[in-house]
Amino acid sequence: MTNVPIEGILLPNEKHNHESPTSWKEYFSFSTDHKVIGIQYLVTSFFFFLIGGIFAMVMRGELMTPESDLVDRTVYNGMFTMHGTVMLFLWTFPSLVGFANYLVPLMIGARDMAFPRLNAVAFWMVPVVGIIMMGSFFVPGGPAQAGWWSYPPVSLQNPTGNLINGQVLWLLAVAISGVSSIMGAVNFVTTIVKMRAPGMGFFKMPLFVWAVFSAQIIQLFGLPALTAGAVMLLLDLTAGTAFFDPAKGGNPVMFEHYFWFYSHPAVYVIILPIFGIFSEIFPVYSRKPLFGYKVVAVSSILIAVVSGIVWVHHMYVSGTPSWMRLIFMLTTMFVSVPTGIKVFAWVATIWGGKLRLNTPMLFALGGLIMFVFAGITGIMLSSVPVDVHVNNTYFVVGHFHYVLYGTVTMGLYAAIYHWFPKMTGRMYSESWGKIHFWLAFIGTNLNFLPMHPLGLQGMLRRVASYAPEYQFWNIIASLGGFLLGMSTLPFIFNMVISWMQGEKAPANPWRAIGLEWMVSSPPPVENFEETPIIISEPYGYGKSEPLTANLSE
Amino acid sequence: MKIQKILNILTLLTGAIAVTVTSLWIGQQAYSWLPPQAAAESLLIDDLISFLVTLGSFIFLGVTSTLMYSVIFHRAIKDDFTDGPPIEGNITLEVVWTAIPILLVLWIAGYSYQVYEQMGIQGPSEIVHLHNPLGMESAYAEPKDSPANALAEPVEKIDVLAKQWAWVFHYPERDITSTELHLPSDRRIRLALKSQDVLHGFYIPAFRLKQDIIPNHAIDFEFTPIRPGKYRLTDSQYSGTYFATMQANVVVESPEDYQQWLAQAATQKPSIAKNQAASEYAQTSNQSVQTGWVTVPPAAPPLVNSPG
Ligand code: HEM
Ligand SMILES: [Cu+2]
Ligand SMILES: [Cu+2]
Repeated sequence: MTNVPIEGILLPNEKHNHESPTSWKEYFSFSTDHKVIGIQYLVTSFFFFLIGGIFAMVMRGELMTPESDLVDRTVYNGMFTMHGTVMLFLWTFPSLVGFANYLVPLMIGARDMAFPRLNAVAFWMVPVVGIIMMGSFFVPGGPAQAGWWSYPPVSLQNPTGNLINGQVLWLLAVAISGVSSIMGAVNFVTTIVKMRAPGMGFFKMPLFVWAVFSAQIIQLFGLPALTAGAVMLLLDLTAGTAFFDPAKGGNPVMFEHYFWFYSHPAVYVIILPIFGIFSEIFPVYSRKPLFGYKVVAVSSILIAVVSGIVWVHHMYVSGTPSWMRLIFMLTTMFVSVPTGIKVFAWVATIWGGKLRLNTPMLFALGGLIMFVFAGITGIMLSSVPVDVHVNNTYFVVGHFHYVLYGTVTMGLYAAIYHWFPKMTGRMYSESWGKIHFWLAFIGTNLNFLPMHPLGLQGMLRRVASYAPEYQFWNIIASLGGFLLGMSTLPFIFNMVISWMQGEKAPANPWRAIGLEWMVSSPPPVENFEETPIIISEPYGYGKSEPLTANLSE
Repeated sequence: MKIQKILNILTLLTGAIAVTVTSLWIGQQAYSWLPPQAAAESLLIDDLISFLVTLGSFIFLGVTSTLMYSVIFHRAIKDDFTDGPPIEGNITLEVVWTAIPILLVLWIAGYSYQVYEQMGIQGPSEIVHLHNPLGMESAYAEPKDSPANALAEPVEKIDVLAKQWAWVFHYPERDITSTELHLPSDRRIRLALKSQDVLHGFYIPAFRLKQDIIPNHAIDFEFTPIRPGKYRLTDSQYSGTYFATMQANVVVESPEDYQQWLAQAATQKPSIAKNQAASEYAQTSNQSVQTGWVTVPPAAPPLVNSPG
């Protein structure tokens, strides 16, 4: 039984006439090709991931000892503020938009995004956001120090007295990033609704496309609230209005509502595409169809809807009346239902398959396990009495890093390895990939697991110094953090070397089913020479039906 | 064929028992991860945490052991490039695993609601009239398991003032101020939380209790300490540069010792309290080389009868 070509896997057309966008210059200049823009997003955001990582290393260095002795308190506060901001607004958001940019048109059989120029403009705003953020280190008074929430009145205190200060630049950058995201959301939703190839009904779309669709809808309803809140805060800070300033009769709790009304759903903007990535990867490396495809697709939309009515769980102990605490406890817990459906579906997909533990599969499996853990601590946090104890402690920091590192960043790595051959036309090194996985998996758990006992014991987040009894777990966490920092080295090495001189990749190295695997690696400029006609659902592993009526032979 | 089936069921059963026993054990361990139980509320909350840890461990171990089983036993053989069975779904299974989380959610929410109701910790008081459509006016309700005398008249309402970066406690009956929070054991404590500048958070880990303090908002807070000893009060809502230093001692003592402390403090002249933020600030502003960025100056150290 060796090398029997599998029925149902379509051998793609190896010859292609159009040129692929492979010259280096193209990646550094204005381009409207969604694939180039996708890679621009990915490379830019990874650069900021490293910067955010350096800030994290400084924090973990400071937290090795109970005293505040490595950096000044103001520096520490600037570090965690910029770390959180950079990681969210300059790493996870843009890198996921990068994947969505690269993959969505390919996956739905379109030649490009609906508005290619808008797409390019949206991307170029990301470096602008980055420059403003990093520039804030050089204004008098340094960068913002109020945490990535920037709750007033702390964010309104401006000890330098200057009009241009770190907090103003921070708000400006966040607002620009919001505009860029809204432009992206309009583009994605239009592309997915209008530009699907003939035959691709909603229930024939790959789950990654479903996930992007749901996530971008959240952007459309949520971002206006955040933007409004940010503009009002900016006015309070610069023009002397009193929306949130209690000294002038404003109400700071209103800001919390504006902020979390968007920023809770924002975590689903991040996590939904990761769920999409998992749903693409597990079937390929298990060689089974995705279990319960339709339910998983619909659960994305459900998560998007429910996510809009849970924001108050961040404010149980803010000035929130009891009835509100309890209602939001219930809605929050209900998010676990559609999420649970997905987890079970992935487990059932893997169960009884023919698994191949390539690097993408390892990252996806590791990410899934850590996501289950994060989900469980998430349920604990949603319970009001438990949250009353652990809110704003390291338990929360542990929980959200299991989401943001354990799941999102691991999922991103899985995706990078999985689609690397498609994007670059080269294979990566499997052994370096595995070294990277193990360093990252061990590092993540060493770094973030100790945060849970710390939080249960009452160690607060955002502190530069702490009581000596917390030191033991902090040392473990810091060592894990440094290991995580190191784990990016084999990754960078692998990507750079493989991109330059890796083995040439065939169109479909994983024998995966999906439109993007039917075009050459890397795909030609306009993706498809003839528009594909879709005739079956995705994930037909083990079945002999072709995916399209025309692209095949 | 039959033997195979029986073997499968046995494996499943052993697995399920192992997972159950392990989760029950982990759930018991949860108590040891927490600080001492110094308030009646902490007993309730710890039981809830232990319950959630048990349930969570069961789910986590169940899912990961299933995954690990697949990873170990369902690997593709080296040159086998065929696909697995094309199973696309199973309606019964999908209905079951939708129903189970729904039931679990209702169970967890019900239990949490019950605990929260028994805690009766209060909150923002200006909206007290629409505070409790769910019938939760249990301000003096006795938390389960608390000693009977906790029902006794609550002590005077202590004012808690938070400012950047100090805590000041005021006992209105005798007009005493202190930087140490003294509380009688086994009495319902009533606090009025106020902030002078930014958001702060009132948090005593040993009590498992926390409440944000919001400028211009009157916030009442109630609980019952049950274990004499010295604990830490910390600021739980990020409040700027010296946030981490904003801590105070909480002394829980017998009602007699408490009265005695009040009487003794009343005889003392107010003096300036020690304050870490103020002294660090003075120190860094004296340095010739500035290593950090400018910061909001700390509020003046409080004048108190009992500087702790
Ligand atoms: C080596 C990896 C990382 C380490 C060692 C690390 C460490 C930390 C630490 C020590 C804090 C401060 C917690 C506090 O004081 O409240 C923090 C906060 C945070 N981290 Fe990370 N982190 C890492 C990776 C990430 C990643 C990948 C993301 C997102 C994708 C992320 C998102 C955040 C956010 C949003 C905050 C909150 C910042 C705030 O409180 O304002 N981190 N991290
Ligand atoms: Cu949330
Ligand atoms: Cu404070």
